[in-house]
Amino acid sequence: MTVNQAMADRFRERAEARGLVDVAVTTMDSPIGTLLLMATSKGVVRIAFESENRDEVLGEVSMHLSPRILEAPRRLDPLRRELERYFAGGLRDFDVPIDWSLTGDFARKVLRRTARIPYGAVASYGQVAVGVGTPRGARAVGNALGSNPIPVVVPCHRVVRTGGAIGGYGGGLHRKQWLLALEAG
Amino acid sequence: MKSRALPPFQVVFDEHAQSVLTFLTGSVGSSEAEDCFQETMLSALRAYPRLGDASNLRGWLFTIARRKAIDAHRARARRPLPVADPDPGSALAALPEMDEALWDQVRGLPLKQRRAVVLRFAGDRSYSEIAASMSTTQDSARQSVHEGLKKLRRELQ
Repeated sequence: MTVNQAMADRFRERAEARGLVDVAVTTMDSPIGTLLLMATSKGVVRIAFESENRDEVLGEVSMHLSPRILEAPRRLDPLRRELERYFAGGLRDFDVPIDWSLTGDFARKVLRRTARIPYGAVASYGQVAVGVGTPRGARAVGNALGSNPIPVVVPCHRVVRTGGAIGGYGGGLHRKQWLLALEAG
Repeated sequence: MKSRALPPFQVVFDEHAQSVLTFLTGSVGSSEAEDCFQETMLSALRAYPRLGDASNLRGWLFTIARRKAIDAHRARARRPLPVADPDPGSALAALPEMDEALWDQVRGLPLKQRRAVVLRFAGDRSYSEIAASMSTTQDSARQSVHEGLKKLRRELQ
């Protein structure tokens, strides 16, 4: 007997029905490369670009959240659909729930503030620092953005340097440029 | 020091599912193998975060599978009527090198010999792994395989 797709599917369904899938994972193609998507029962917890080492990303999630990580594309369907519409230029605001478990207090504050920068707009690191009540914390803000576990959905690409320079991006500058160009229309 | 992260369960499943299923097909028959397999994997998934040591995931899975196989044997023994295997051929599909008569003989071996023979040849386990899985010594595992094979040879002549 061979472990076929149907058998693997039945296993996944039973595991989900019994609440044993702590982290669902899947991949999707996008204009900025393959994306690794992960969600807990609370919401989207991690999105990784293909430039990140897949095993390392999974290892971190295993260590910090749970090793009960299974491929379960259905749980990620809402996110996938929103991302597809976003990449096609048809979606401006993401509605999917977010699980902030992988971020510390300060980073979470920074990322929540960043999520309020409107589609197509940009803010400087200094402006975000002021927004979270640490006017001299632009560098710390940069670090927090660099550790954004949920890029694209939490739009850290909308934070740029004062004076118009694009600043950094964990996923590679060409991706940041692509996203900003998409939103500029 | 941080402990090493356990691999995602998906990786464990992808790497070991086939050998677990092959082992179970050998020990409980093809009609019950998938149920045992699903139970094994669900039990493993449930317990996985509490597993401290990831160095022998395969051995750990086989220990769970062996328990599920024993449960299936007990359940079968409690049933009032023997049920014929509705699909005796499918077990052989996974093991093309074993012919049907031989496979039937394997199932007729005493429990210890059968387990050792299945682990050795269907599960491709080393004697030390077989010994660990059967909670016995390597010598005793080797002896069980040896006796099982001798019996099979005798019966198939």
